[in-house]
Amino acid sequence: MSDALLELSDIRVTFRSRRSHIPVRAVDGVSLKVGRGEIVGLVGESGSGKSTLARVVVGLCETVDGEANFDGAPLTVRDRPPELRRRIQMVFQDPYSSLDPRMTVRQQLAEVLRVHRVVPRELVGSTCEDLLTQVHLPGQLLPARPRQMSGGQRQRVAIARALAPRPELLVADEPVSALDVSVQAGIVRLFAELRRKLGLSILFIAHDLAVVRHLCDRVAVMYMGRLLEEGATVDVFENARHPYTQTLLQAIPTLQPADFSVPGTAGTEPPRLSRLPSGCRFRDRCKYAQQLCEESEPALAELSDAGAGHRSACHFSATLPLARPPVEPARS
Amino acid sequence: MTTVSAEYVVEKAQQRRKLPPALIAGGAVLGVIVGLAIFAPLVTSYNPTTQDLTNILAGPSAAHWLGTDQLGRDVWSRLVYGARTDLFVAFIAVLSPFVIGTLAGVFAGYFGSALDATVMRLADVVVAFPFYVLVMLLVFLLGPGTGSIIIAITVVSWVSYARIVRGATLVAKNQEYVLATKAEGFSTSRIVLRHIVPNVVSQAIVFATSDIVLDILAIVTLGYLGLGIPPPTPDWGEMMASGQQFLTTHWELSTIPGIAVVLTGLGLSLLGDGLAELLSVER
Repeated sequence: MSDALLELSDIRVTFRSRRSHIPVRAVDGVSLKVGRGEIVGLVGESGSGKSTLARVVVGLCETVDGEANFDGAPLTVRDRPPELRRRIQMVFQDPYSSLDPRMTVRQQLAEVLRVHRVVPRELVGSTCEDLLTQVHLPGQLLPARPRQMSGGQRQRVAIARALAPRPELLVADEPVSALDVSVQAGIVRLFAELRRKLGLSILFIAHDLAVVRHLCDRVAVMYMGRLLEEGATVDVFENARHPYTQTLLQAIPTLQPADFSVPGTAGTEPPRLSRLPSGCRFRDRCKYAQQLCEESEPALAELSDAGAGHRSACHFSATLPLARPPVEPARS
Repeated sequence: MTTVSAEYVVEKAQQRRKLPPALIAGGAVLGVIVGLAIFAPLVTSYNPTTQDLTNILAGPSAAHWLGTDQLGRDVWSRLVYGARTDLFVAFIAVLSPFVIGTLAGVFAGYFGSALDATVMRLADVVVAFPFYVLVMLLVFLLGPGTGSIIIAITVVSWVSYARIVRGATLVAKNQEYVLATKAEGFSTSRIVLRHIVPNVVSQAIVFATSDIVLDILAIVTLGYLGLGIPPPTPDWGEMMASGQQFLTTHWELSTIPGIAVVLTGLGLSLLGDGLAELLSVER
């Protein structure tokens, strides 16, 4: 229907625990779009299903229900043709394990170029160098092995490898979480630059809200396998309409401890996926929870009084007191 | 924009890693033994099987450096040619279970399920028997000889390689660099051969250097028990066994091949330690 590059609708991923055989829904009916040249942030706590969703998109998850479309064509999960795989690439969280420890940078990049026949054989060498330039690494690093590089350098190499087959969509699964804070900014800037220069679409998974706010056009908040709120970054950050999002925003550390008013119940442990509460899955951690929340699960619905495309899955989104983020955003 | 300074890294990449001292020492000991074995005709002046019944059980002399045995054969020649036999048989007897076990381990670990269960149960059956009992039984059934020894050792010791490699494969296949190759759409054969095998094989190589010591001992033991390489081919085990009856008068006949076994074992152990250090990947 639209200019969306990636369109997920009602994606469900069910795992069965090996011992008890209790089915666990890691992703429970997620619909999400990523437009061309758009950076969409996906945030949530550990275990909320962000990484599983990422694996669905790159085709690493085998049992998936729901419908996925990429560039107007169905995105097969099983037996995905190599050409389709080429167009969607992934950057992993841990640059210490996402590169083959026995291969040099050149070997890793060249392998991707050869397998996907991106450039003619004689151009492989120079293309490897171009790829490093693109991620701001010097060409002298080509003969280096992963153990000889720093975390930031490795992550840049991992990004170069993801760029090698000229993808249209980059799925970045917490690409800066394992890095030193001083290095994170450089990597985030690199993603912004790649989008600008190459027109890449990026599905950016993170739990660091500051990074998301800086980089993403739209944000989706995930909790226990479901999207609870979604909208343009500015809307969601300035006008969060789901208690969970408000909790996340309030959880950003502030320099003024006096402002320490927490609307939700940050600090409590999330429930187990196999034992979710009835109705709204956030209700047992939500301070606004009422009878209705126990009885029915709210759908992700468009808000009439908020920015376009701002959706929230709360019965009381319209009447909720607004919670402003405690710190003024650092605009770039 | 940020350009990451790379001088340090490049310098490090160009730096040759220092060889571990254990590797040098082990290599030297083994180098001498292997060198003697290879150039056996040049360093000996007697045929190891030629008997001289007029000159039996002679002590060391200028003509016979280590004396002669009960059949008048030159002990030095037999020792050197014995190294040839035993090292060659041991090498083949370690190579074949290495290859078979590594492949079985990689496939079992990578593909899992029924294949894994089959391979591992088979391995359980093999290890249920004591090593020497099974080897001797197989050699006995197949008849003494080089071929039987190699087959028997292969049947028994592929299990260790399979288990080591399977474990390493189970770890490697969930590493992100392997997931990355899957997301990339690489073929399964490329993932297994180019990414899994190089990362798991080093553990099997290190094990092989200690396993070959066991194999040499096994070959020598079989020779000692009369199940080894048939006489008159020189073999350290057979030399020890036949020297045993003269232990009170000519102790050196049994002791000299014994020392050769110990030295070879020592050299291989040092080599193994050194290799383990060299092949380990620092993260």
